[in-house]
Amino acid sequence: MSSFSVTEPSRRMKSFAAFMVIAYAIITLLPLLWIIATGFKSPSDAIAYPPKIVFEPTLEGYVNLFTTRTRQTAEFLAENPPTTWYEKIVAQYGMVIAGPSRFGERFLNSVIIGFGSTFLSVFLGTLAAYAFSRYRIPLKDDLLFFILSTRMMPPIAVAIPIFLMFRQLGLSDTHAGMILLYTAVNLSLSVWLLKGFIDEIPREYEESALIDGYTRFQAFYKVVLPQAATGIASTAIFCLIFAWNEYAFAVLLTSGQAQTAPPFIPTIIGVGGQDWPAVAAGATIFLVPVMVFTILLRKHLLRGITFGAVRK
Amino acid sequence: MTKTVVESLAEATPPRAASTIRGLSDRAIAWLFVGPTIALLLAINIFPLIWTIRLSFTNYRVNRPNADVSWVGLRNYERILNDPDIWMTMQATAHFLFWTIFFQVVIGFTLAWLINRKFKGNDLWTTLIVLPMMLSPAVVGNFWTFLYQPQIGLFNYLVAYVTGGSAASFSMISDVDLAPWAIVIVDTWMWTPFVMLICLAGLRSIPDSIYEAAECDRASAWRQFWTITIPMVLPFLMLAVLFRGIENFKMFDLVVQLTGGGPGSITELTSINLKREAFEKWRTGYSSAYAIILFVTVFGLASIYVKALNKVKER
Repeated sequence: MSSFSVTEPSRRMKSFAAFMVIAYAIITLLPLLWIIATGFKSPSDAIAYPPKIVFEPTLEGYVNLFTTRTRQTAEFLAENPPTTWYEKIVAQYGMVIAGPSRFGERFLNSVIIGFGSTFLSVFLGTLAAYAFSRYRIPLKDDLLFFILSTRMMPPIAVAIPIFLMFRQLGLSDTHAGMILLYTAVNLSLSVWLLKGFIDEIPREYEESALIDGYTRFQAFYKVVLPQAATGIASTAIFCLIFAWNEYAFAVLLTSGQAQTAPPFIPTIIGVGGQDWPAVAAGATIFLVPVMVFTILLRKHLLRGITFGAVRK
Repeated sequence: MTKTVVESLAEATPPRAASTIRGLSDRAIAWLFVGPTIALLLAINIFPLIWTIRLSFTNYRVNRPNADVSWVGLRNYERILNDPDIWMTMQATAHFLFWTIFFQVVIGFTLAWLINRKFKGNDLWTTLIVLPMMLSPAVVGNFWTFLYQPQIGLFNYLVAYVTGGSAASFSMISDVDLAPWAIVIVDTWMWTPFVMLICLAGLRSIPDSIYEAAECDRASAWRQFWTITIPMVLPFLMLAVLFRGIENFKMFDLVVQLTGGGPGSITELTSINLKREAFEKWRTGYSSAYAIILFVTVFGLASIYVKALNKVKER
């Protein structure tokens, strides 16, 4: 853009805009920074007044997150001195580690269900989006609207029959059940996003492939799929983030076996209420991957969020 | 595409597989591709919805599987529409919807406008602002209860610092007057970036040439803003409002973790109320009718809104 352009904002305007946006960003990031900081505080530092910005970092929160502990007598501790660093942390409070907590399992469940449902919804979504983009399908617009409208339902509204249905089919509190459920919820987004991406790939590519003797099927996976790879990847991230963050279905339909991390993290209890450093440690482990992902893949993600808006 | 590549591929493809796939007509492939998606949506969305409709006419209770189930006709619907408690939750939901959308539109649009001044490094700051909306509302909502603690909470501390009051003098979550605003603040914090991104897409879709033409006509910056920027962004903004409206009407995870509907039932939004009826009181038939009423409300409001949106776009 040339310096004569009338649409280029003045330098003063730019500095003012930058100042305001950066100020907002800092305020909005404070709670997130506070989560990360609290994870490294000792329980007494976490609830200090005034709130401590400078503190001595400790891994207590993380140790408490991953373990269950029981109180022991001083004599017992004297006879069995703590050997590892995490046992020593716990021993300060007259406790010994009784075993691992359930956080590891819950986190693993989140990973299994998140990736499983993402794979399925992107796989099915790509196929459906390709067909919607390229073929004459009777009632196409109605079907597409139907797919979109499934997203308007409050999760609690369908949770009752799904609860009953899963109980009948033996799917309640299983990975398979949750994967199917999240896939169904994500499919509407996945079909709509992917249809947008595939619509942008010129038909000529496939047509020339067909003329060259490819079958329809080959043209799909040798020509269209590689072209749509970026779109597929960003759709996958959206599906993954949804499944990763979902709470309502998880809390209603799972309990022991297949529960994911979001319903678990708020239930981490210490002495006299929530153990905030442990909660914050769990939240950090759970949230930071998403933050890093978002920053690294910002170009594709930001495009995806506004995709629906821009297309219409 | 060169012939040789295709030929080598054709050779590499086993003849039988190739012929069976080639044998499929376009129509067959189309249905093969769309079929699984439709089937899954029917099984996990539509079938449960129909089941909910059926249950809504009965007095069935999940926790009493052996009790007689009888048809009660429209009695569940009558009871819900005449229940003053439900109108209270509707009011709480309306308050929440109105103010979250109001703040998100005002702040989101302002931020988008500022970012569109194209200062250096704006895309990195945009990404940082977007972070809250990518995170799990339940986990973040739970942590906000810590920020909201009287005295030790960071939020209370900062408010007291700015206003000169006492950090221990107020509790956002347990005060009847403040709790409705506590949930509005967190939702606004979390979802303003969404409105901002959509506004930004709208602002970026306005061609520079329009402003250049206006400049030639000596239109003031203020006039350009009201006659070009606002009308051109309006369809985008309305779409953002639609998405936020639907999402916040369904709001559950964030608020349930923040206030749990309390104190009393001041912040008990419809989804939280519905969850209580369905999964704590186990009034399955009754809550099914409730769910249907909510779904019809969202669907109805959204359809009316989309009509209005299309009118705006046609202009």
